Amino acid sequence: MFGKLNWSAIPIDQPIPLITSLVIIFAVLGVLAWTGIKGWWPYFWREWITSVDHKRIGIMYCLLGVLMLVRGFADAIMMRTQQAMAVNAPGYLPPEHFDQVFSAHGTIMIFFAAMPLVIGFMNFVMPLQLGVRDVAFPTLNSVSFWLTASGALLVNVSLFIGEFARTGWLPYPPLSEAAYSPGVGVDYYLWAVQISGIGTMMTGINFVTTVLKLRCTGMSYMRMPMFVWTTLASSMIIVAVFPILTATLAMLTLDRYFGFHFFTSTAGGNPMMFMNLIWAWGHPEVYILVLPAFGIFSEIFSTFSGKPLFGYRSMVAATLFICVVSMMTWLHHFFTMGAGAAVNTAFGISTSIIAVGTGVKIYNWIFTMYGGRVRFDTPMLWSLGFIFTFVIGGMTGVLLAVPPADFLVHNSMFLIAHFHNVIVGGVVFALFAGLEYWFPKAFGFRLHEGWGKAAFWFALIGFWVTFAPLYWVGMLGMTRRLQHIDFEAWRPYMDVALVGVGILIVGALCQVIQLVVSILQRDRLRDVTGDPWDGRSLEWATPSPAPFFNFAVTPNVEGEEAYWGIKQRAIEAQTLGPEPDYQPIEMPVNSGVGFFNAFFATVTGFALIWHIWWMAALGLLGAFIAFVVLAWRDVHEYEVPADIVARIDRARRASRAAVLEQLEREGAPS
Amino acid sequence: MSVVDFPASREAIRRRREDPDRAGQGGHGPSEPVAGTGHGASGPASKRIIVGYGFWIFLLSDIVMFSCFFATFAVLRNATAGGPTIREIIDIPRVEWETACLLLSSFTCGLSFAATNARNLLWTQVFLIVTGLLGLAFVLLELQEFVDLANRGIVPQRSGFLTAFFSLVGTHGLHVTVGGLWLATMLAQVQVKGFRREIVHRLICFNLFWHALDIVWVGIFTIVYLLGSIA
Repeated sequence: MFGKLNWSAIPIDQPIPLITSLVIIFAVLGVLAWTGIKGWWPYFWREWITSVDHKRIGIMYCLLGVLMLVRGFADAIMMRTQQAMAVNAPGYLPPEHFDQVFSAHGTIMIFFAAMPLVIGFMNFVMPLQLGVRDVAFPTLNSVSFWLTASGALLVNVSLFIGEFARTGWLPYPPLSEAAYSPGVGVDYYLWAVQISGIGTMMTGINFVTTVLKLRCTGMSYMRMPMFVWTTLASSMIIVAVFPILTATLAMLTLDRYFGFHFFTSTAGGNPMMFMNLIWAWGHPEVYILVLPAFGIFSEIFSTFSGKPLFGYRSMVAATLFICVVSMMTWLHHFFTMGAGAAVNTAFGISTSIIAVGTGVKIYNWIFTMYGGRVRFDTPMLWSLGFIFTFVIGGMTGVLLAVPPADFLVHNSMFLIAHFHNVIVGGVVFALFAGLEYWFPKAFGFRLHEGWGKAAFWFALIGFWVTFAPLYWVGMLGMTRRLQHIDFEAWRPYMDVALVGVGILIVGALCQVIQLVVSILQRDRLRDVTGDPWDGRSLEWATPSPAPFFNFAVTPNVEGEEAYWGIKQRAIEAQTLGPEPDYQPIEMPVNSGVGFFNAFFATVTGFALIWHIWWMAALGLLGAFIAFVVLAWRDVHEYEVPADIVARIDRARRASRAAVLEQLEREGAPS
Repeated sequence: MSVVDFPASREAIRRRREDPDRAGQGGHGPSEPVAGTGHGASGPASKRIIVGYGFWIFLLSDIVMFSCFFATFAVLRNATAGGPTIREIIDIPRVEWETACLLLSSFTCGLSFAATNARNLLWTQVFLIVTGLLGLAFVLLELQEFVDLANRGIVPQRSGFLTAFFSLVGTHGLHVTVGGLWLATMLAQVQVKGFRREIVHRLICFNLFWHALDIVWVGIFTIVYLLGSIA
């Protein structure tokens, strides 16, 4: 009846997962009960769960990403503690548990923390910067989000029911084959990532279409903000490589469920084919994450230097260059495979060349600051910390790109330090910078500066104290994923790294405090103008928080830096333009299809993990019915009356007019 | 008394109806971008263009997915592990029938869309049904092939090569099956709702999907079956 599922799946005898999952379950139940008592469920259902508004979906993506970031960080703390305690000692995590922790850490951080945050930002910002009211397919967008959430849920369910993979964040065969991993851990991985991956692919399709077909009048390619360009490049990579992930995971699934021989070490299967396929997705994935991060930094450097982005065209070229070359470097993840000198050389060269595109960007950011009036607000601090950190990470990457050098440090802690150096220094710093930068646009008030700066310094210092010793100990020969260490000389490095994690924890606490303090002081931190940073792109033309229709009248762009031009003209003329003729606006209606589909996807995934075939069939049927119900609806859009549009936009104009008046009183800007 | 006729005007109206955004009318020489096409800086494209464009992007991603199975097939083609080789499992006459069914179904699918453009409900439905039946015949023939092979002990669990063969061909067959499910849903929708804007958009997407499956089949027919028969 219930396949492989029985009571022994609950980890009664393992206190760590048991207590953690009980705490999580009670926390979730508590939140549900509290919101229920407050009577907020209808509000959440109407305004968030069924929302197809790209801003709401973007915020939910970010919320999911932040929650999973905390979960992944907890895994990281456990690993660092274990390795510090387990020098010539067993430590507190048995091997089978430690293996799950590092597998979950990588899986969660990439698929369920970094990806949702990056996609969240693209969702929230890109349509605003393009001057349009939503993405190309708003309902599909909601489906994408809920499928991602479904995958995240499945990964976390594995904590309480069953186990997670012990194979690392990429389940390399033959270890991940049924013969060597007979439990449900790898199946949890496969279905969670498959379901969220399908959501991500639909996001990629959605965003490519949005950027290429849905720009406001006058927004030609060479006028698009840099963040939109990187969103486009990142989405194109998603469309090109996520199908590879889908296919590869499907193949491993067939191997495990039906005894096929794609990647087995017997009957002609080829494990190295998995490495090639998974990294043909996996390496571009790195650029899917980091290109939007580059976009965020581009916006911030130009805004906080008070200058247009230096070398805009070369920046576009570098972005597209990286977009293409990112798909030609995958083999550097396994130079040791034995493909031969010619193949290794080719991939070594392509890997070194891709750093050129990034180098162009670094210089452009530096030259953007040169001669500008730089303001050191928190987003700018993160960006400066990024340049410092990322350049070092990039250089160790170029070192690893040389195959003979790579052979020496392959799969060592040096590699671990390198990729954390680029992903934390590149992506995570960008996400924190972007959070600070666009928070007022989402919620109408700024985050507290003091706590934000404290968080930055703790994170920057904590990062280096954690990972500098790992570089070092990797050079000394320590391999990755060691459950215990039989070598006394490495103890100091592990201890220093543990101290670094402590500093990072303080940084994380600062961010929590920053959020709480900011919410308490929101009236003082209120952004009344909608343009808190003296911005240059169209999202700052809307009030904060942006109304659900974004723009009362879609803008007509007449030059690069669309909003900067409008603002300068208004300041010069000391008056806003004439009031536009307000028209009714068509907006897409809400839809529960995303939520229902994710529900059925979760049921199907869970059933497949535990081999409960009837439940899987029911889940698939439910998903199909949900889609047909969606397809059967007759009303797709509703009309916002012109007087509501006018009322909201007049409030915006009034606040802008007040700013102009203030500027006039204080003297004409130089 | 002759019947008054306006052939040129009719033609213009037909063109406008089929291609309201003049997406296929490049014109000559430098010209201003046409509003609604989404080219250049003329503002958002029309819904029809957005839907079609997004679906094209999806098809590209689907073809990338197939390319993985093709690549796997290429790698594992000779990994027979002492089992049957590709030459021994291919039955060309049946594959010819399959190909005929699928290519013909693409043609009837195109005819159904011609009927859609003429807003003719009856012929749209008739040709959609014919398309579906031909697709069904294709899937049944493929199923028969798989069952025949299994009866001879030739199953994907036997070797890496057979795994790759069954998976590549089977993934295509699964796509045709899902397409058939979609087609059945479209039949009901067209019948109940007529040619509403979004229904026509979905018919466009369905046509694109069905033709794309044909293209993939041409690849499978050539790379797996034809090259396999002379291996």
